[in-house]
Amino acid sequence: MNVLLSVRAVEKSFGAVRALGPVDVDIRPRERLGLIGPNGSGKTTLINCITGLFPPDAGVIVFKGIDITHEPAYRRARRGLSRSFQIPRPFVGMTVLENLLVPMDYLGKGGGSEEIARADEVLASVGLIARRNDPSEALSQLELRKLELARALVAEPEVLVADEAMAGLSEGEIDDILSLLFRLNESGVAVVMIEHIMHAVMRFSERIICLETGKIIAAGTPSEVADNPLVQKVYFGEQNHR
Amino acid sequence: MMRMPLFIAVAALVAVGGLFLPLVVPNPFYFYAGYVVLQYMVIATGWNILGGYAGYTNFGASAFFGAGAYMAAFLLKAFGAPMLVQLIGAGCIGVILGVATGYLTLRIQGIYFAIATVALVVVLETLVHNTDYLGGAAGLQVLAPAPPAWFGGQPQYVFFIMLVLTVSAVVVARWIEVSWIGRSLRAIRASEPAAECSGVPTLRLKLLACAISGGIMSMAGAPYATYSSYVDPVSAFSLTVGLNALAMPLIGGTRSWPGPVLGALLLASVQQVATVTISSEFNILAVGVVLIAFVALAPEGLLGLRAFRRRVS
Ligand SMILES: Nc1ncnc2c1ncn2[C@@H]1O[C@H](COP(=O)(O)OP(=O)(O)O)[C@@H](O)[C@H]1O
Ligand SMILES: [Mg+2]
Repeated sequence: MNVLLSVRAVEKSFGAVRALGPVDVDIRPRERLGLIGPNGSGKTTLINCITGLFPPDAGVIVFKGIDITHEPAYRRARRGLSRSFQIPRPFVGMTVLENLLVPMDYLGKGGGSEEIARADEVLASVGLIARRNDPSEALSQLELRKLELARALVAEPEVLVADEAMAGLSEGEIDDILSLLFRLNESGVAVVMIEHIMHAVMRFSERIICLETGKIIAAGTPSEVADNPLVQKVYFGEQNHR
Repeated sequence: MMRMPLFIAVAALVAVGGLFLPLVVPNPFYFYAGYVVLQYMVIATGWNILGGYAGYTNFGASAFFGAGAYMAAFLLKAFGAPMLVQLIGAGCIGVILGVATGYLTLRIQGIYFAIATVALVVVLETLVHNTDYLGGAAGLQVLAPAPPAWFGGQPQYVFFIMLVLTVSAVVVARWIEVSWIGRSLRAIRASEPAAECSGVPTLRLKLLACAISGGIMSMAGAPYATYSSYVDPVSAFSLTVGLNALAMPLIGGTRSWPGPVLGALLLASVQQVATVTISSEFNILAVGVVLIAFVALAPEGLLGLRAFRRRVS
């Protein structure tokens, strides 16, 4: 089986709290993977381990055949691992365009006008081109989510992890982000969607993994996972109030 | 925006202009006072590269300034080194101190860096206190060589040196600001995790900023030995320098190079007048009050107020 990113027996604790693992996850090229689980189940922690924001306590992470377990985050990003943040983290004090130039500075492509043309292309694709020269602190919640995605995309990643990119958005806005992620996936990027909005994950994902207290309790097609009694108990039970 | 070569040309012109100032300004007092204003422009500009662009507050500017002053005094005493060598020596010690402090603390959390910078002042001051060769607590008399005849006197000469340092520091700061380095530092200031996940090697960039910032602040201390022909621990590592270094950029604005320059011009000029007319103890109190006012009312500094008005209208 062709695997792009492989997570093996990865664990992470914060003090006495075992936040994650051990877990095994494989991400295939061009895949659409959903990652679900109640709040505090370790989804963001898993992504932080994968993208290198902190090192796992144990386990191995292999990306494109290279062991990246001990690589700093910036090097993983340059290898093609991009993410958006659950709470948007725009580079305030910069325009929307400049936000995109930050990752582009490290792509080794050079050429100012080419870079800007590429950034404009990405801004147009996420629908932010009209906001190009505005300070990023002036953006709405939806626009901030789009900026998060645009900044991740401009690096031309092979894997994009969207950490709750739709939280707090209206139905129309959710469709907006969803179609963006679909388009992106069609262009060849593997997308990992962390999401609480069930209908969106179900529609989007080819495969879903459900975490609970740091462990994988179910994995399979969306309908398999939705029918799993464990998932129904821990996840849908909690999510009914949404 | 002005292109870089043009900017450098203008900056060079300002420095060359300073060469002729002694011909038009006869009273050496103005050079004496102007030197201090320029010195703070250099310190504030250097401080801002780390403190403003990258958002890492350095409370220990006086450690860098003092190290530079003592390095110059040492080079003078030991080797009779010329000004250029003193400046290079001071710059080196500043770079080393900056990188060492940064390396020891920046891998953890921002607050440890701030604490370490405070500690650095104490450590260096104690070190100098207990070094007989540097004069210990009593200080060190410095025998500076006579200035080049052109300048007509030591104040005019050190003023010119400081002017060259000022325009050089501003050119470096502006170059950083408009380059990818500045962009990465601003990204670090906004969100370190997001910068790191965007491919920015954050630790390396912070260390680079520490090195440049520290080097500039120490170089600002080098001519002090010649300027006052006497260095002592209390004035070299004085609280005023540490406080001014962060107050000036905060007052002017930390986002771009005119901020620290403007802040230094205003605050240092007022201080120069106040020192003569009132007292130097009053200075620290005044700076403290102004600083609190700005942090509360205009956190983006004077230039921030202008930018705000532009954005609103
Ligand atoms: N940086 C951190 N420091 C301490 N505890 C953390 C940290 N990040 C996450 N945790 C804890 O780890 C657990 C998993 O959190 P997280 O991965 O954010 O869950 P999720 O993203 O699924 O909501 C929680 O108990 C959370 O409190
Ligand atoms: Mg989370």
